[in-house]
Formats: sequence, C-alpha cells, structure tokens
Amino acid sequence: MTATVGRQAQAAARANDVWKVYGSGEAQVIALRGVSAEFERGRFTAIMGPSGSGKSTLMHCLAGLDSVTRGTVTIGETTVTGLNDSGLTKLRRDKVGFIFQQFNLLPTLTAHENIVLPLSIAGRKPDPAWYDTVIDTVGLRDRLGHRPAQLSGGQQQRVACARALVARPEVIFADEPTGNLDSRSGAEVLTFLRDSVREHGQTIVMVTHDPTAAAYADRVVFLADGQIVSELIEPTAETVLDTMKKLDTPVEVGN
Amino acid sequence: MLRATLKSLLARKLRLLLSGLAVVLGVMFVSGAFVLTDTLGRSFDAVFADAYADVDVNVAAKPKVELSEAEGEQVAAPVPASLVDRVKAVPGAADVRGVVAADGARLIGSNGKVVTSFGPPQLGENWLGEGDLVKLREGRGPQADDEIVVNAALAKAANVKVGDRVGVLTLSPKKEFTLVGVFGYSGGRDSVGGANEVAFTTPVAQQLMLGKPDVFSNVTARAGDGTTPEALRDEVSRALGGAYDVKTGEQLADSASAGLKEGLSFFNKILLGFAAVALLVGTFLILNTFSIIVAQRTRELALMRAIGASGRQVIGSVVLEAVAVGLIASAVGLAAGIGVGALLAYLFGKLAGGLALAGLGVPAAAVIGAFGVGMVITVVAALLPALRAARIPPIAAMQDVATPDRPLTKVTVGGAVVTTIGAVLLFLGLSGNAGDNTLATILGGVLFAFIGVALLTPVISRPVVSLLGAIFAWSVPGKLGRLNSGRNPRRTAITAAALMVGIALVTGVTVILDSAKSSISSLAEDTIKAELVISGASSGPRPASFDAAVLEKTAAIPGVRLVDGEYGDMATVGGKRTWVAASSDVAALQQIFGAKATAGDIGRLAPDQMLLSSDTAKSRNLSVGSTVPVQLSRGDARTYTVSGIYESSQLTNPVVLPPQAAADFAIPQPIQGFVQLDPGTSVAAVQPQVERLLADSPEVSVADRAAFIEQQTSQTDTLITMIQILLALAIVIAVLGIINTLALSVLERTRELGLLRAIGLRRAQTMRMITVEAVVISIFGALLGVVVGTGLGAAVVRALKDEGITDLVLPWGQMVTFLVLAAIIGVVAAVLPAIRAARINVLGAIAHD
Repeated sequence: MTATVGRQAQAAARANDVWKVYGSGEAQVIALRGVSAEFERGRFTAIMGPSGSGKSTLMHCLAGLDSVTRGTVTIGETTVTGLNDSGLTKLRRDKVGFIFQQFNLLPTLTAHENIVLPLSIAGRKPDPAWYDTVIDTVGLRDRLGHRPAQLSGGQQQRVACARALVARPEVIFADEPTGNLDSRSGAEVLTFLRDSVREHGQTIVMVTHDPTAAAYADRVVFLADGQIVSELIEPTAETVLDTMKKLDTPVEVGN
Repeated sequence: MLRATLKSLLARKLRLLLSGLAVVLGVMFVSGAFVLTDTLGRSFDAVFADAYADVDVNVAAKPKVELSEAEGEQVAAPVPASLVDRVKAVPGAADVRGVVAADGARLIGSNGKVVTSFGPPQLGENWLGEGDLVKLREGRGPQADDEIVVNAALAKAANVKVGDRVGVLTLSPKKEFTLVGVFGYSGGRDSVGGANEVAFTTPVAQQLMLGKPDVFSNVTARAGDGTTPEALRDEVSRALGGAYDVKTGEQLADSASAGLKEGLSFFNKILLGFAAVALLVGTFLILNTFSIIVAQRTRELALMRAIGASGRQVIGSVVLEAVAVGLIASAVGLAAGIGVGALLAYLFGKLAGGLALAGLGVPAAAVIGAFGVGMVITVVAALLPALRAARIPPIAAMQDVATPDRPLTKVTVGGAVVTTIGAVLLFLGLSGNAGDNTLATILGGVLFAFIGVALLTPVISRPVVSLLGAIFAWSVPGKLGRLNSGRNPRRTAITAAALMVGIALVTGVTVILDSAKSSISSLAEDTIKAELVISGASSGPRPASFDAAVLEKTAAIPGVRLVDGEYGDMATVGGKRTWVAASSDVAALQQIFGAKATAGDIGRLAPDQMLLSSDTAKSRNLSVGSTVPVQLSRGDARTYTVSGIYESSQLTNPVVLPPQAAADFAIPQPIQGFVQLDPGTSVAAVQPQVERLLADSPEVSVADRAAFIEQQTSQTDTLITMIQILLALAIVIAVLGIINTLALSVLERTRELGLLRAIGLRRAQTMRMITVEAVVISIFGALLGVVVGTGLGAAVVRALKDEGITDLVLPWGQMVTFLVLAAIIGVVAAVLPAIRAARINVLGAIAHD
C-alpha cells in the first residue's frame, strides 16, 4: 500500500519499495517489507506502530543512518541509496536534522554551542535573524550559556530541537523526542515542533508510540510487521488509539 | 562473584593488555637485571676457574694499595726470584714456576694504532712454555730478548702474523719485537676471558712489566702426589712465615671473579633503577585504567550491589582483576626479561672480547622479583579505584547518573602536602644534612615530588590545558578535542603525569650534566695557561701514557716556554687512599695552573717533600712541616714532609709529589703534558713538532687547549645520550598510557561520537578531534616534565655550588625538542583510538541502549 496524501506538494523524503533484511538463513529477520511512502514538504508526519513493527528502522533508512537491502530512499533531490560514508555525512550535515530520545547534546558544549554545532562543523555561520527566531521560539535565550548538565530534561530537548531547526534542513527526523520527558515538558516540545511546521514550513518526521504525541502531527502513518498498514489525516489521540488497538490484535494473534 | 569477575575481565582484554604492558616492561627490566648478573657471574667463575686450572697454590706479595675494579688492575708488589727456590724446598711442591703477569702490555697493531681493551686486562707475561691450558698454534716460544708470542685473540685484533716486527708499549716506551709465535688455549679458545696477552722471555718480562730484574709477579706450584692443594697451601704458608699471600688456585679464581662481580652489581643497580622508573610510570597507567574501567562499569557494579553483593565483594572483584592482570603481566615480563638478560649478556660477552658465556641462568631472585614487583604494583594501583567502586550506591543502576565532578580540593591539599614533603627531603639531601642517607633522601625527595606534582596536576591542568588547547581552537574538531581533554581533569592529569616523569628525569639530568660541563669548561679555560696539551683517551680503566723523554724534547723546541708532565697514581697517604699526582716540573705546574700558595712554597719540591691542596690539608689536619707516610703502588712506604699548600680548585690534585716518586707509580710514565709557549709563538708551528715527538707514543696526541677541554668534557655528552636512551623507555610507557586513556575515552563516548557523526562530523574531522585531545595531553605532560625537571636539576646544581658547579645551564634546545617530540607522540598515540572513533557505527552508537 502506498501513502499518497498531498501528492501535489513535492516530497521532502521518499521511500520507494524499501526492504530491510537483517541476518540470513534461520536467523533472518525482515524488518521492512517493501515500504513505499512520501513525506511532504512543510508537514508534520508521525510514524506509529507497535514494538518491532519496523518504525525506527524505517526512520533510520530514511535518514541515511542505515542502508536499505532493496529499494531507494531520496531526501529532496538527493538519492540516499548508494551514497558512501562521506556522501552520507554531507547529507546528514546539510539536509537532515535529528532529535533523539535521549543523549542529544554534547556535555562539554554550552547550549548555544550545541545549537550551532552542525553549522560549525560545516564551516557555516547561522543566519542571525533565523537564529533569533529559533531561540525565541524555543524560549531559551537566558539559558544559552549553560551546559546540558545545568538544564532540565525538557530544556535539553528544546536545545536539541533548536539545533535541528537552525540549519533549516530539508527534513527533521525525531525519534521518540518526548519519550524521556514528563507530560508537560513533552507537550511543550511537541507544540514547538508543530509550530515550526505551521509557521516556518519545516518538514518533520517523528517516530513515536505515544498516541497523544502522534495527535500533534498532521498525518500519522501506521506500520505493522514491516509494512504500512494504515494512515490517518488530522489525527486526534482517540482516533490514533483506536487504530492502534485494531493493529495490535492481529499481530498478537499472529504471534 | 569470581565467575562474573573473570567474565568481565575477558570482555576487556584489550584495555587491560595496554595497562599490563607497562608492568611487563618494568618487570622485564627487573628480571633481566637478575638474569644478566647471574649469567655473567657464572661465566666469570668459569673463566677464572679455567685460568687457574693448572695452579694448585699461588704465592704473591700482599698488595701495597687496595684498588677496586673500576680503578684499574691491581698492581701487586713483585716477589724476589729467590722465592721460587724457597717454594721448591717445601715438601710436596711440584712444578714450581716464577710467573710474570701484569696489565699494561699494549701492542701496536698493523694499522699503527694501539690495540685497546674495555675491561679485560692486556697482560704482559713471561713465556713458560705450553701446558694443559696454553697451546702454541703457530711458530715457537720466544728465545731471544727481541722475540715475543701473543695469544690468538690479540693477533686477530692487531692483525699481525708470525714474522712481523711489532711495537709494544709497557712500563717503558715503545719497543720493537719480532713476533715468533701465536698461542691459544685448550678447547680451541683464542683468549681466556677476553684478555690480550703478550709473552716475552723471562728477563725481558721482568724488566718491562715489573720494572726490575730478578722479580716475579707471583710463584705458582702444583701439589705433588699424595698431597692436596689445601695441604700444600698450609705447608707453603708455614715455610714462608706469613709474609706472602698464599692461596689455592680455587681461592684465587673465586677472589678474581668476586672482583668482577662487584663491578657487575653496579650494572645491576642501573638496570633496577630504570625498572623503578618504568614501574613508577606504570603505576600511574594502571591506576588510570582501573579508574576508567570502574567509572564505565558504574551501572554494572551498582546492579551487583542492588542484587546483594557487599561493598567488600565489589572491592574483591576489582582487586581480583588486578591480581589476574599482574599475574599475566609478570609472567610475560619475566619471559621478556630472560630474553633481554640473555641478549645483554651476549652483547657484553662480545664487547668484552669474546667472553665464553655460561649457560643462561634464571635465579630465584629473578622469578620472585618479577612476580613480587608486578603483582604488588598492579594491586596497589588498583586499590584506589576499587575503594571508589565500593562506594557506588545501588540506586546508580537505575539512574543515568552523570557522575558529578568531584571537587579537587582533597587531591590538591594532598598534592601540596606530598610536594612539600618531597621538597623538604630534597633540601635535606642536597644540603648535606641527611648524613649517610643522602642518596636515599634525595631519591625519596624526587619520588615524593613526582607523586605530589601528579596529585596537583588536575588543578594545574584546567588553566594550562585550556591555554594549550586554544592553539587548536580555530577549527571545530580542534575545539571539541580541546574541550574533551579538559573534561576529566583527573584522567588527563594522570596520563600527563606519566609522561612528566620520564621527561622530568631526562631534563633534570641534562640540566645537571650540562651545568657541570659548562662549569668545568669555563674553569679550565680560565685556569689552564697552556696552549698545547698532550693527552690520550684512556682504554678502559688504565689511562693512556707517553714517553717521559718527550717532555724534555718538547721543552727544547724553540718558542716553548714551559712544559709540565703529570703522573698519577692511587696511593695510601697517611693511611687513607688518595689520588696523588707527580709533576715533572713543579714550578711550571704552578705557573700553568696559576696555583696560589696558602702556606709554604709551592714553586719547588725536594725529593722528600710534598704539596697538598688546601682542602686536603684541612680535612687531614696537616700543615707545612707535617710529615706524612705515603705508600705508592710499587716500592716501600716513604715519609714526605709537607712543604707547601695551594688553594683547591676543581682542577687541582689533592697531593702533588716530586717527579722522583713517579718511578713507583703503577704507570711510571706521564699521562698528561701541558705546554706553554712564549708570547707571540704560533701554536700551529709548534703543534706538528710535538706531534712528531709522539710518534712512538700512539696512545696520546697533542691538541690545543680548546680541543683538550672539549675532549675532557665530551664524556658528559655520551652520558647524557645513554641516559636519554634508557629513559626513553619511561616515555614509551607513557605513550602507552595516552593510547590507553584515549581508547577508553573513545569507548566511553561512543554515543557522543555517534551523535556527532549523525549531525554531520566527517571521519577525518573525528580523527582530528581525537588527535588534538592526545596532542594537548602529551604537550601538557611534556611541559610539566620540563618544568619539574628544570626545577629538580636547578636545585641539584645549586646544591653543588661548593663542589665547583657554578654555572646553571638550561638546555633550551632540548626542552623545545621535548615539546615537539610530545606533539609527535600525541599524534602517534592518537592513531589507533582515532581510527576506532572514525569507524564507530553511527546507528549502533545512537541506538546503543
């Protein structure tokens, strides 16, 4: 099944019949079974699925962190599949932003230094106006000189978001960004992510298993057993939960 | 618990291997030293047992002046030829021979150069014919007074053959002989113990080697049928009435061998000293490794605590790991030590002119020393991290505890206290207030100073490292590397401290030796008013000498104003062993050295008078008019009257005797000659004339003053190079430490590296980041080492001010070299960890846990 919503908008990231197989013979595990999906520019997409559904693998393949066994992945104009290490590094540096569940920041650098790190590595300077906008949106102006250890979990995650945003990447991949946060800090981060899509046209792909988090997205893609099985547009927590319940049943029976 | 420990040990083989390497190197030196001394000791035993195999009883005069091995070959007073008949008269004595054998027969080789020997003597003997030991290989024994035979080793070294005319230097200047035969020894050997031997006819040997007719060095006898060597010895001793040393061949071999073994023990101490340095550096390394491992295992250890392991069990598990590492490292170190010992023994044997080596021996001391030292060092170093491990709360298993930066106050206070103790010990030792324990006090002071500075290093590291790192902060990877090197001050400090020790020692020794060299050079330049100096490089403990006739002939050269020839000997002066000099012309000596009289007249010397330096006069409580008994190497004791006292300096001898005394010196020929020219005479014109006069004295040459001073002080440079080579080992161990620390840090920061790679850090940038970290740490260590070493060296130089070391010379060039070297070391040490960091699987790293 192919998710085709928003075909008129150009895709920021695209997976075309992606297969991912780990191991061989008896120990062979098929993580992705021919996934094709498009993630439109300027939208906030959530990937959901039960544990072992392949949602993290899909994100890793899309972001160029993992290679695909078959099929192709493209980010913007760039075909990710087949790039060597330096090509992938350049892709990650220039076209992709990351927000991880935890351990997002370098402990030796201040918040400000962490935020501009991808640009520094590339030898670029941030656009001052955009930098100010980002800092004000995440509300960290008075915390810029602090080290990660001096920030709360929510603040750390907002620094990570700012870092992803400041380089204006083609697409930001967020892997359970609220997984380690209390619900209030989580809500702040998600609101901020949604605002950056709505107000600044950023593209975000977020992997989560939390229906409340998924409800902040414009669209939710459901994965089960390595395949896309369903999707929701303009989701609410309830509709997401319902879909998840339907998905869980056959899988459990299957096990 | 045991099982869990062993499993975790196996899981970290590589990390422990690196820290274990330091122990391996230290233990290698300890056991190598023991193996070497044991093997060489037994080889010497065998050589001398062999050399005296055909002697049952030996009769010799009691030596006049006792010499140690390093001061030259013993000159035994000769025995009268009549002693042979007295021994023959003893019942049971058979095959009684009068033997001439003395060191100092130097053959001039076919290339015109004197054959030298480092260590083994160059014996001049009387030819006693073939025997059980000596076998002629070619030609015949000497019959005429101008005939000699030599042993095969010497014939090879000198490249001479039967029929050649060869020159030999003995107590007399060069004499020409015809080589009529070459001899070897039983078993096809060319030499016994590497000695070079020249055999003359008996009268010639007596005259040239002992200086008198009708005397022998000693008399040997064999025990006839029905008597034992011991019985014969007692019999001969009784017959001679105790006036002579009577020994069995076996006793003789033992005492000869014991003398050489004493020299070996010095060698042993040097090797053990370097083992100590290696182990000190190794201790830092092990301490660091275990600290990092404990930090990395915090969760694991906390989990063990949570499921019921006691704090003691946690300590036990860490210590057990240390024991295992120590055990393996000691075993490997012992094996390597045996190899090193065998190699050094082989090289020593080669250098000593083909010493036949006894089988390789591994004495119990080597095994006990290896395991004792290896285990103790490892366990002691691991104890501190083990105690820290025991303090991990079980709750740490559940949390992602960011180990807070513990305050450095305690360490700093401790470091200040230990450094102060070290400084006090150094002060006591250097100011001469420590009495007999001066050396131990100084060494203790240096050790405490090192440990103290190592403890202070974390505090120092913050500002210094950030300053050093600023050099690299122009690029992002450089900046990240700099921040990384400053993020764990303790770890950085210990790693740098390990490098500090080696570099501090080299710098300190260089400061001391350079200062000494410069002080002596400038003193010599100020003092010696001689344009030309006749001297030679000594071959072994025996100084080079030349024909006294050269002095007179030189004085006759037009333009030469003053000539002074100097003789030297170790003598007993007023019951104490003292180096004495004799001068061919005391008046010239006074003028050339600008000596100032503090009492009496130092411008002339009657045959029964002596001059003293002011220091000697003071310490012996002597003054002008005192009478002092002097026993020289030869002849009987004589009494001299002090006629003058001169001001002491670095260059003056404690005692100066009249020229007549030189005849009884071990070397009755001048060893140095000083030539002062008339003002306006060209040095270049006189030098070749003196050179021609020295044609028959190939051991010495004539040089202008600057060249002479350079030649005299050049030994310092050799010494510095040797020490640098040996201390390079400590630096190698420190490099292992840097590799180890970096490798562990890379492992620890896997996720961080993954994150950096995920957000776009290239592989080359990653490697650069690790390299900057290594370079910053190693330059920091080198900087500390240079500062601490300069401090220690300067302290010693100050303390030696009264000994004449007045200049303080800082080897700036060398210091810069060390810093550059440190940067290179950093780059080299970073290679493997950097490759490892660059290869980190990005996905694996960020998905990790």
